[in-house]
Amino acid sequence: MERIEIDYPARQPVVRRVHVGVVGSGDLEVLLEPSPDQRAHVVITTSVEGYGVIWRHVLDRFFQHFEGMASIEINDFGATPGMVLLRLEQAAEGLRD
Amino acid sequence: MSGDATRDYRRFLSRSSFIEMTARERAHAIVDAGSYRELLGPFDRIKSPWLPLQDIVAQSDDGVVLARGTLDGQPALVAAIESAYQGGSIGEVSGAKIAGALELALGDCQRGRPIWPVLLLETGGVRLQEANLGLAAIAEIHAAIIALRRLVPVVGVIAGAVGCFGGMSMAAALCSRLIVTRQARLGMNGPEVIEQEAGVAELDASDRALIWRLIGGEQRHAVGLADDLVEDDAAAIAVAVRDAFARGSPPVERSAQVERLAARLACIDPERPPDAGSLRLLWNEGAPR
Repeated sequence: MERIEIDYPARQPVVRRVHVGVVGSGDLEVLLEPSPDQRAHVVITTSVEGYGVIWRHVLDRFFQHFEGMASIEINDFGATPGMVLLRLEQAAEGLRD
Repeated sequence: MSGDATRDYRRFLSRSSFIEMTARERAHAIVDAGSYRELLGPFDRIKSPWLPLQDIVAQSDDGVVLARGTLDGQPALVAAIESAYQGGSIGEVSGAKIAGALELALGDCQRGRPIWPVLLLETGGVRLQEANLGLAAIAEIHAAIIALRRLVPVVGVIAGAVGCFGGMSMAAALCSRLIVTRQARLGMNGPEVIEQEAGVAELDASDRALIWRLIGGEQRHAVGLADDLVEDDAAAIAVAVRDAFARGSPPVERSAQVERLAARLACIDPERPPDAGSLRLLWNEGAPR
């Protein structure tokens, strides 16, 4: 198990909470809620160790277009990078609904 | 396509699989539209303190979704187990969530405010990593079901694909009404456990047809251990749950029919165990269901 924390600059206020996914095989859970400050904070807990670089790449891509001041907690159970990105997009979509 | 085939095809397409839903989606699908309100949800972060100590990632709701809502306007409580998280296993927290919610419903019922309790059971039983704490919580769930069902029917649903095993199979057996699909399984020990402990000659856990003939929803319904056999369709299951409450509690709860159940066991010769078909004949012949 490994814990990874990454922060990003943010511009858009986030006013609601969104929960998606399950901590099941090949899947992950995302808890997205308003950030306590003007930045975005991501805290990842993953069952698979040694993939910090990949996590950074996936999140860099997501934060190219996501600008929400959000605290994002990710509880991962071996999801592929594609799955991670889909769940993040799903959470971002939940903010817009 | 013939007319019949087209009709079957349309009927199939119009269904919404309950099995494929997450626990949260299932709870939403059961209660009246717009009435869903979750208790101790993911953002409350009431999660297992034990799994991270064993290097296992914990889920923010510990795999149990508690929802208050209504069923045809009647206040209801739905407890749904997420089978994708740790096999739907019951740990200290997830078990306490179910037991605590049932106990609060009991308090309301005793004060003359009936709450209809629904258990969406999809679980391998106790979470082995939390062993005794999980078992203690399951015992509390059993006690709460027995106390509650004196006042209000307790309705259980096993949809599949995990099924319901271990201590939670006893929770299912304690329910006033039990609803199953053909894909459901109900048993004390799961097939893999039996094969591991007693050998493949005793039970081949990879023989899916055999497993479902023995412990599948259709068989459990046919021998009277489940009350309703429904399609894997969210709308059909939601209707079956409401029907179960409309019918009310049975005159004598199934698990309280001790003499009848003992007589059923007595007519089985363990040296020559019956197959699925002969068990149906044996248990249904002459004996009231």
